This record gives sequence, structure tokens and C-alpha cells, in this order.
Amino acid sequence: MDTKHLQDGIVQLIRKAETDLPSDVFSGLKKAYRNETGVARIQLEALLKNVELARKTYCPLCQDTGILTFFVRVGSMFPGIGLLQHIIEQAIIRATTEVPLRPNTVDPVTNKNHGDNLGAYHPHIVWEFEAGDSVHITLLPKGSGSENMSALGMLSPNAGFDGIKQFVVDVVKKADGRPCPPLVVGVGIGGNADLVMNLGKRALLRPVGHTHPEKHIAGLEKELLKMINATGVGPMGLGGTVTALDVHVEVAFRHPASLPVGVVIQCWADRRATMIIKKDGSWEVR
Amino acid sequence: MEYHMTIPVKVEAIKKLRVNDVLYVTGKLFTARDKAHMKMQEMQPLDLPFDPSGMALYHCGPLMKQQNGKWSALSAGPTTSARMEEFEDSVLDRFGFHIIIGKGGMGKRTLTALKKTGSVYAAFPGGAGVLAAEKIRNVVQVYWLEELGMPEAVWVFDVLEFGPLIVAMDSVGHSLYKNL
Repeated sequence: MDTKHLQDGIVQLIRKAETDLPSDVFSGLKKAYRNETGVARIQLEALLKNVELARKTYCPLCQDTGILTFFVRVGSMFPGIGLLQHIIEQAIIRATTEVPLRPNTVDPVTNKNHGDNLGAYHPHIVWEFEAGDSVHITLLPKGSGSENMSALGMLSPNAGFDGIKQFVVDVVKKADGRPCPPLVVGVGIGGNADLVMNLGKRALLRPVGHTHPEKHIAGLEKELLKMINATGVGPMGLGGTVTALDVHVEVAFRHPASLPVGVVIQCWADRRATMIIKKDGSWEVR
Repeated sequence: MEYHMTIPVKVEAIKKLRVNDVLYVTGKLFTARDKAHMKMQEMQPLDLPFDPSGMALYHCGPLMKQQNGKWSALSAGPTTSARMEEFEDSVLDRFGFHIIIGKGGMGKRTLTALKKTGSVYAAFPGGAGVLAAEKIRNVVQVYWLEELGMPEAVWVFDVLEFGPLIVAMDSVGHSLYKNL
């Protein structure tokens, strides 16, 4: 397997995620722009212009190039499984100077930043294995402005759907303009404390405008979106009717005595890109 | 109302600004995040290697590139201003600048300090990093780069028509942020 060629692919994946915005998010912003007026409209106009500039210049659309989380689905017959971690790490070192990326990984004990976007548990790679011989990698770079507003609620099961809705809306309201709305809100329900946050983040991988396949969950998403937009926080917290572009919910079974809710707040710059590697090492980034 | 101002702006002109006004500024900005604020808080104005009074403060940790010894900004949108809330009133009071640029808004302490000093807080669209970088004519200087690193260092930018800025907290006590 040509590791240099695969490394080039990962660098391309990072560049694509940082300098472009998925078309579903862009359409969501355009729709918001058409619906808003005044100060809110000025914000959305600037955001759309910024995306166009980033696409043209291949510059990262936000200076916070984020923490890099890779969601990797590996076919168990893929011949280069053992190489992937190292290839991703080497590609990050290259991308830090080639894209470039802002050095964003800091040792929490010494406060040292080594400048290469690597470190303990970085990159964060979520591995999944499946049948087949190809690899799907989705990269989700996420800035701290939005991540800092994410929240875990260990609710009482008696709180029910109303309690869940109240918790999610309160998180968005308290965050106000800080996480750069209009947001995409990922909500995990059930599982335990760590799984529910993971579900909330995983929910962000679903494109804006796509609802959950189960009807009652899709209904909850719709209702949450309506409630969040009724807060009036608006684009950048300056007031308006569009506080979120979409809400995505994912659920896991819970313990009888627990009702965990994980709210993962994503900014308007809902950046992600996907790479597919075939068993012969050829790749495609989309 | 829409205003186009050249920094430094006279306090009388700043006092006329109200929330929801649109503002574009030309002149020098200095960036400062948490670490730079902490350092400034411990220093006297005369000990600072730069003079904030002739500039606007920009809450920003830019993505910079150095080529042939010359720095340029690739992406330089605002950072979350609320992190600077605990430092801003004393820094604003002691260093003589009158415009704060950031995103997401600040709290009551800063709002009181804006009133006391005749200053405003203006919001640049968060995440619009390339748009902001386009308005930077020149990277004038960088301070504390070695010590604080790229995002936390103090960068001095010469900007042209930097905006759209929305006056989000004014000098008479109005704020567009209801929940902070």
C-alpha cells in the first residue's frame, strides 16, 4: 500500500473540511438569509460571503480550525488497517503547515502547545468495524466556541419528553450568541454519560434538512427546532428568528433509573468532509 | 445608522453610537485573548510594548502565515468575548482604547465599564475568518509570540473598512445580549 498517496488523501480531506462548507449547511444558511431582516440578515450575508471567499482562496473559513475528530468505518478485509492511525497522524503534521491549521492542541498540565495538532488522545479517532474491504473516514473539525457550550444533563426519568425539551432549549438560551448561531444542535438521549455525548456528536454527521427515520424522533426534532428558534437569540445572538438551522436527535436505550441527555452545540460552520479508500489504496474525497 | 470611522475615534463620536448601528472601522487593531489580557492586567500602560490608546481591541486568535519573514493573516475572525469578561473592565479603564471588537457579547461588568469610559462593544460576524483577513491591509507587529503562541499573541493589524460591525453594547447601557 502506498502510504504517501494515502497521506496525501488525508491532507486533502482536512483541506476540504476546513476550506469548504457542505452544500446542505450552505443551503440552510441561504434559506435563513432569505427569512431574516435587519442586523440578522447582515450577519448571514457576511457568513455566505465568507464561505465563497474561503472556497475561492482555499483558506480555512474560520480561524479556529478546531479539534479534529475522525469517524472511521473500516472494512475488516481492508489490507492496510494497521497503517491508518500512523498515516492520519503524519497527515495532520503536514496539514498543520500545508493547509495550514492553527496549532490547537495544548497539554493541560504544562499548558505547552507543541504546534503540530497532535498530543495525548489527538487526533481523536472513533473506530468502527464492518464487513467489506474499503474505509470510510468522516472528519468533523470543531471549534471551541461551540464545543464550550455543549452540556450533559443526567435527568430523572420522570422528567420525560418535556424535561428533555426544557433542558435542550435552556442550553441554547444560556449559550446565547457565544457559539456563533445559527447552530446545528446534536442531541443524544439515553445510554449513559459518555455514550450520550458521543450520540450528540454523531448526530452532527447527519446532513442539515435530513430528519431521523423514526417518526416520533423526527417529530421531536421538529418541535425542538421550533422551540429553539422561538428563543429569539438569532444569528450571532443579535436577535432574529433563526437560532438553529437544524436539530438532530439520536437515541440509545437507557438504565431504568437514568435519563441522560447530551447536547452538542455546533456553530454555523458545521464543517465536515468524507474520504473513501478502496482496498487498492485509491481514494476519493467528497 | 451606518458609520465609517477612522481609529482613533473621538470619544464624543463613540458616545453617539447606539445598539444596532452598523460600523466599519479603518486604522489599527490589536488582538488580545485571555492570556494577553492577564499580562496587561499586571502591567502599567508605560511598560507595555505597544500603545492601546491609539487602536481598537480585537478579541481574536488569528491563523497566521509567515513567508520570507513577512506575516500575513489567512483567517482572522473574532473569538468568544465572554472569556475576557473578568479582565475587561480594569483593562478598559487603564489603557485608554474605546472600541472593543469581538463576538457573542459580554456581561454586566463590561457594560458598566463601557458607560464609565465612553466606549462601545461591536460584534464582527463569528467564524467569518477569511472575510476579516481580507480587510487586513498590513500586519504591523506582533508581541509576545514566543511566549504565548500564535492564537494568544498580540498582533497589530492595519485594517481598511473592517466590518460589518454591529454595535451590540453601547456607552449608555444598552446591550443586545439578553442572556449574558
